[in-house]
Amino acid sequence: MLGVGLLMLGAILLFALIGPVFVDTDMAQPLSAPPRLAPTSAHPFGTDDAGRDLLAVMVAGVPLTLRIGFLAGAVGLGIGVLLGFVSGYVGGKVDTVIRGTVDTLLTVPGLVVLISIASTIREEISVNLMALVVASLAWMWPTRTIRSQVLTLRERAYVHMAKLNGLSTMEIIWKELFPNLLPYLAANLAGAVSWAVLATIGLEALGLGPQNEPTVGMTIYWSITFSALIRGMWWWWSIPIIFLALLFVSLIMIAAGLDELANPKQRKAA
Amino acid sequence: MPALLEARRVRKVFHGGGAFGGAATQTVAVDDFSMSVCAETPSFVTVAGESGSGKTTIARLLLGLAPPTSGQVLYQGRDVHTLKGDGLRAYRKDVQAIFQDPFEVYNPFYKVDHILTTPIRKFKLADSKEHARDLIVEALETVGLRPDETLGRYPHQLSGGQRQRITIARALLLKPRLIIADEPVSMVDASLRATILESLHGLFSKFGISFIYITHDLTTAYQVTDSLVILYHGFVAEAGPVEELIKQPQHPYTRQLISSIPVTEPGRGWLDEKVAQNEAEASAATDSELGCRYAGRCVDVMPRCRSTMPALYQTDSRRACACFLHEESGVALPQGEDLTRLFTTPTTPA
Amino acid sequence: MTAPSMRRALLETRGLEIQFDTRRGIARAVNELDLTLYEGERFGLVGESGSGKTTTLLGLLRLIEEPGRIAAGEILLDGVDLLKLSDEAMRRVRLSRIAMVPQGAMNSLNPVIRIGDQMRLTILEHERDVKRDEADDRIRELLEMVGLLPTVARLYPHELSGGMKQRVCIATAICLGPQLILADEPTSALDVVVQRQIMQTLRSLQERIKATVLLVGHDMGLMAQFVERIGIMYGGKLVEVGTVEEIFRNPRHPYTQLLISSIPSFETRGTFKSIPGAGLSLLNPPGGCLFHPRCPDVMDECATRAPTLVQLQEDSHRAACLLYEEGNHAGTT
Repeated sequence: MLGVGLLMLGAILLFALIGPVFVDTDMAQPLSAPPRLAPTSAHPFGTDDAGRDLLAVMVAGVPLTLRIGFLAGAVGLGIGVLLGFVSGYVGGKVDTVIRGTVDTLLTVPGLVVLISIASTIREEISVNLMALVVASLAWMWPTRTIRSQVLTLRERAYVHMAKLNGLSTMEIIWKELFPNLLPYLAANLAGAVSWAVLATIGLEALGLGPQNEPTVGMTIYWSITFSALIRGMWWWWSIPIIFLALLFVSLIMIAAGLDELANPKQRKAA
Repeated sequence: MPALLEARRVRKVFHGGGAFGGAATQTVAVDDFSMSVCAETPSFVTVAGESGSGKTTIARLLLGLAPPTSGQVLYQGRDVHTLKGDGLRAYRKDVQAIFQDPFEVYNPFYKVDHILTTPIRKFKLADSKEHARDLIVEALETVGLRPDETLGRYPHQLSGGQRQRITIARALLLKPRLIIADEPVSMVDASLRATILESLHGLFSKFGISFIYITHDLTTAYQVTDSLVILYHGFVAEAGPVEELIKQPQHPYTRQLISSIPVTEPGRGWLDEKVAQNEAEASAATDSELGCRYAGRCVDVMPRCRSTMPALYQTDSRRACACFLHEESGVALPQGEDLTRLFTTPTTPA
Repeated sequence: MTAPSMRRALLETRGLEIQFDTRRGIARAVNELDLTLYEGERFGLVGESGSGKTTTLLGLLRLIEEPGRIAAGEILLDGVDLLKLSDEAMRRVRLSRIAMVPQGAMNSLNPVIRIGDQMRLTILEHERDVKRDEADDRIRELLEMVGLLPTVARLYPHELSGGMKQRVCIATAICLGPQLILADEPTSALDVVVQRQIMQTLRSLQERIKATVLLVGHDMGLMAQFVERIGIMYGGKLVEVGTVEEIFRNPRHPYTQLLISSIPSFETRGTFKSIPGAGLSLLNPPGGCLFHPRCPDVMDECATRAPTLVQLQEDSHRAACLLYEEGNHAGTT
């Protein structure tokens, strides 16, 4: 499963990286081509109402969406790792405070918060700002799950051994616990990224994204706003949705594949 | 000169229960335990008991891995929980451990070399990489392992016996003065136990390293130890030289234990003899607060056993037994008396 | 009492072969096992880690899962080959005819369900049409058979001691009156005193329901006191089998001899005997006899010819060692 997922993501990335060589990304801007064209040989994905070549849009937009997703996922996980490890290993009051905060925040519906934040930002939202907005919610779940994992590892005999070797708390966290959780963290990263991508596209589809960037989500937004469905411009809404699906499925498969690796019981006997 | 390591009237209480509708319980895992390890002469003492006796808790307390509820654990006179920096490092170097599970002590992420290189690095035992390598090779060879067959491998690639011997090699590297071995052979195959026990005894007889050997298996303890302490639910039932304790046990629990051990001589009536016992065994949590903890199972129980806890009665120059049966013939030792005093007192003519 | 071998054979394995597929090759966990268990006897299967004793138990119940599989052989229960039964038929055999008390059973009791309810669930799962009162009566009877008061049925597992929990597991195992009880290290976590009581209970239980007990473990002392016949396994093969008197007083296979002499006792102090050499690798086994690299009595042909179980002087005593085969002088002593 891991293999197929990686392959799919690899294909998408290839598309995004090599695309600009073949396709002029300026064509992703409005008024680059005759509008409302169905797919032709000149414009294989057709064009939208504003004259954007949709192939160019995808080539330009997929990397943008991925960038937001990875940034948000990575930042979210980074914070989650820090808080989760400290909370889980140190315990005591520190743990109570961190855990209480996370548990309380988790009860607030994420999408509502995101929408509120996104709609309060009046000026032009940039891609990076978008990523931070999504990241602000992406850290909570990882904190909780990593903390649980650390709790199970904390009482292992090799941790006691490390203490007997005179290792300090930070050394134990970094040298003994962290490497054992790497596969778990990688799976978590894939999960965080796919969540972030979905959250981003969700926000954008509601119109709360970077208005002038041809991201996948914004394209969906424009297609909805301009009633592409009713008007029979199937290429305008179907193509970004297909890309969304491919992206999401590949990330989920990677997450599941890594999860399998991280869980030794599911592996074939060594 | 202060003792190398001392447990002074340590008591450890665990709080449990309260879940699933049960009442919150308080389990006294260790009660007023006092024992020390001499700094000058090496000693080999076994602390024996079944699960729930408190023996593992004592190991953890002595290693400073858990704080006592009351009482102190002292390293060269200083409370181990107050040690920092150089003092802490000296304690960690002098007092080492060998644990029961030869797999769990290894961090599965690293090769087995990690368990040997880490202490060398942390305690600055070597000046160079070559020196470190020499130390490791020497330690491995002392425990009967071949470096080319063990180094560079992951824990799951070696057998339990090999892994346990590597942990002994590790303890050797540090040249500790005391090793606390918690069930070091119980998870090792029967055929390898003798080799490992032999290595441990060798460390004592050849290198002068003191041992506190913790186990539930009296027969393996008998092979290596000089002195024996029998624990039952957190209190000391009996203590003394191993030969005397095994051949002439005094405490009813010890007598019951020894007669229940199945021997490899078939047809001894082990299955037929009715096990004389008052009640089915109880868990430590349900023991009554007052009186002797063993009263519930004791065949020689007297009414006062249930209301008063017997003191440790010294029945001989080197033996003591916590049972009212020996009140007449023995001298009550004061509360909190260091057990080790019994073992190190030279035998005086009667 | 009739000698075990005078009784009827209950279970017989013929050439049982259980293998595990690993990344590094195929491991023969159970190697051409020919084992016979007689009605009403107590048999012990002894071996160290990797000897295949637990795998054998799982094999008898057809509970071997990927990446392991039963590669060859027959398991005859009352003459019927279990390996040829359908999954449904085998499911019915489990618990009603062959029951197991697995290692650590007492830790797998459901902590939030009362003992009596758990036992009833097990009974009803296997015999759907038993009424509740009938089941409760049976539970009371089972608890009494293992020496527990009927009030135990109302308790939760955490209210019981280790020994009591293990008795509950034994009671559950025999709830359908099986012919064969498999016990995998049933007393390893218990006090020696409690161990003795439990084994005594197991013995009286066995006599009462007329079942055969197969005890698997590595505590030779326990075996010597509890079982009537014993089989020694090494590297998946049965290397010696006989009555406890024969095995402990006159062990013939070099491995058995070394194993027995390595057992510490209160008679010897300060002498440390163990078995030389490294443990066996199931993935890369030596040619010929599996034990030959470590054997003090090894001969040239041991490296090329694998021995089979041959009968020794006494009827019931067999050993798989070339020393005792026709033509070798050791067999005539």
